[in-house]
Amino acid sequence: MSNETSATTTRRGQAPRGERIADWADGRLGIYSLAKSNMRKIFPDHWSFMLGEICLYSFIIIILTGVYLTLFFHPSMAEVTYHGSYVPMHGIRMTQAFESTLDISFDVRGGLLIRQIHHWAALVFLGAMMVHMMRVFFTGAFRKPREVNWLFGFLLLVLGMFTGFTGYSLPDDLLSGTGVRFIEGVILAMPLVGSYLQMFIFGGEFPGHDIIPRFFTVHVLLLPGIMLGLLVAHLILVFYHKHTQFPGAGKTNKNVVGMPLLPVYMAKAGGFFFLVFGVISVIAAVASINPVWAIGPYRPDQVSTGAQPDWYMGFAEGLVRVMPGWEWDIWGHTINFGVLIPILIFPLVLVAIAVYPFVESWVTGDKREHHILDRPRNAPTRTGFGVAWLTAYLIMLIGGGNDLWATHFHLSLNALTWFVRIGFFVGPVVAFIVTKRICLGLQRRDRDKVLHGRESGIIKRLPHGEFIEVHEPLNQEQLHTLTQHDQPKPFEIGPEVDENGVERKVKRTTKLRAKLSKGYYGEDNVIPKPTPEEYKEITSGHGHH
Amino acid sequence: MKKLSARRRHPLAALVVLLFALAVTGGLYAAFAPADKAQADDTAQSLAIKEGKKLFAVGCASCHGTGGQGTSDGPSLVGVGAAAVDFQVGTGRMPAQQPGAQVPRKKNIYSQAEIDQLAAYVASLGAGPSVPGKEQYSKDGADIAKGGELFRTNCAQCHNFTGKGGALTNGKFAPTLEGVDPKHIYEAMETGPQNMPSFGDGSLSPQNKKDIVSYLGAVNSDDTPSPGGLGLGGLGPVSEGLFGWIAGLGALIAVAIWVAARTTKAKKS
Repeated sequence: MSNETSATTTRRGQAPRGERIADWADGRLGIYSLAKSNMRKIFPDHWSFMLGEICLYSFIIIILTGVYLTLFFHPSMAEVTYHGSYVPMHGIRMTQAFESTLDISFDVRGGLLIRQIHHWAALVFLGAMMVHMMRVFFTGAFRKPREVNWLFGFLLLVLGMFTGFTGYSLPDDLLSGTGVRFIEGVILAMPLVGSYLQMFIFGGEFPGHDIIPRFFTVHVLLLPGIMLGLLVAHLILVFYHKHTQFPGAGKTNKNVVGMPLLPVYMAKAGGFFFLVFGVISVIAAVASINPVWAIGPYRPDQVSTGAQPDWYMGFAEGLVRVMPGWEWDIWGHTINFGVLIPILIFPLVLVAIAVYPFVESWVTGDKREHHILDRPRNAPTRTGFGVAWLTAYLIMLIGGGNDLWATHFHLSLNALTWFVRIGFFVGPVVAFIVTKRICLGLQRRDRDKVLHGRESGIIKRLPHGEFIEVHEPLNQEQLHTLTQHDQPKPFEIGPEVDENGVERKVKRTTKLRAKLSKGYYGEDNVIPKPTPEEYKEITSGHGHH
Repeated sequence: MKKLSARRRHPLAALVVLLFALAVTGGLYAAFAPADKAQADDTAQSLAIKEGKKLFAVGCASCHGTGGQGTSDGPSLVGVGAAAVDFQVGTGRMPAQQPGAQVPRKKNIYSQAEIDQLAAYVASLGAGPSVPGKEQYSKDGADIAKGGELFRTNCAQCHNFTGKGGALTNGKFAPTLEGVDPKHIYEAMETGPQNMPSFGDGSLSPQNKKDIVSYLGAVNSDDTPSPGGLGLGGLGPVSEGLFGWIAGLGALIAVAIWVAARTTKAKKS
């Protein structure tokens, strides 16, 4: 490559400076071949493909603002007396962590705005990850070859939750201190190891002097470091696998239809970064978040009602709030089921969605590569499971804020708690059934549209007086979109006896798989898409059907 | 005198002397005791009690009994004091609209003069805390920071960090303290209305109460500054999460849809 460029140099004289710099860099970094293979990388265009970008940009915003905050924050639990500029706190004893948070809010230039951008961006980041994850889930984008990337994304969500939680705890205010106390209770509830772990993590009795500095290290170094690594890996895999695309004319499993990375996609993405930064900044400038000055410094003897974690930990809070306070006393050791069971369910709920891709591919036996997304209606069981999971999650979120639901909707706290207890088990089942029915209904609608065309709204009167609505046949592209999906046959165990008439041994897991597979692709769980014969038969001759 | 001295050993003599002594002390007392006892019916206090009694018979007696002795529908008001009446009627809680988990605050339909009359009547039923004077709940001489500390120690577990209210069991609740007259907050601490414990001067001194009232005036009133922008109800992470999802993520998704809709058409070169 460099040989060719030097040849052009001699032919046309001195090459422009930009080209010379590029040549210099290419000779050392090999950027031309990199650029050649990647600059024309195609990205399909759809708003839901930008949800991941919202995550990425809010993460960048969090890092930028977080760096600014570390310049002024003192992660220390040493006690001081406040003499800063917020008068209602004068003379109150507090930790240096809280004092420096007040200073950031009132005395550091731009401090409050940056603090609020940081915190709002964190809420948006977690929310965007959740929505992004749901987009990937409902469209089946997690299928081969993207299962590993799904797990990377899931880990990012979980780590994001804990990074958020440690950050929320750092100001050492009465709200977050209550959250740390909650964590202490969770650790203590672990049988056998609880009290040792608690002493180890807190460096002594609660609250001690170590927890804030330790959370600081975890919050600014350990977790974001891991997240950054995972994020890069996540993006590399997106690049390597190429982006998925929605079904449509001309879109196959072997191509990607969209815009090239440079210049179109890059310009859009770059512009979108500033839009995200702008929206979050406007929110941070308009709405207050975690006003620690109103909340006050943490003291173990004080507590306030309405003490909740940030929303992404809300469902964990809900689990603990609605769990009955059962306790066993065995040989002088207390087993606190009121906390123990919730902290077992908490990871189970998360893992349930994380392992779903593997469960699905085991049940369906589908090991093919997929680059065309599913329309959620064409995977009713998956869509039903996703909605059921979201229902359980949302019901627990209601449980986590049950006091505010009670006061704002004039309900009884106790009745609400029972609603959540029952709803956590019943809600997902109902949601699953309802969603599946809706999906099947939509499949019927698609079938009807393919065979009979689109309702045109034109009413025609036939010579004998009958009124009919004229249906317009769909065009080829629309027909393709509605019929391109596979409808696999359910997995069968096969004959019960082998060729010699001896009963075959069928593993229990195989039986389970066959049963589940029927749930995916069995007769009642899929509306057969119209075959070409059906289509031909119906479209030949009578046009008005 | 002979007749008298002849009968001085009479069996009834002692009785006569006793009667005479009683008559003399009674008479002397009647002559020298403060005279207002006889004219009491004309003073303002007594008038207020009289008027209060009339108001009480109309608005309160159906539940609290004609003498304020209480019935199955309402507690006895003997000994609750004027402060309780001033609080309950002044905040519109009494007369109650309907039975329920808790009687909520509502529009007050009594004038302050009428409330004072009712309070005077109820106070006359038995001794109780009286209505605090203005100097007791004014900001002068109050330590706001100390009040904040006291509030977080004694009140926040039901009323939230800055008195935005919170839930109690079975539909009961700790109401928001926003827009509540400082006098009423002071009275609530003294009398402990509904589910609230009372904080007598033994547990929270008058100075402590003054500090708390002033703290609330500083952090939870119309002229409280909100340096961070919209307060979002001051309810903490739940309302923040809701706002983050709806205004934050909602706006971002709208922007994403807008960006995606404005796609460039590939140029044919």
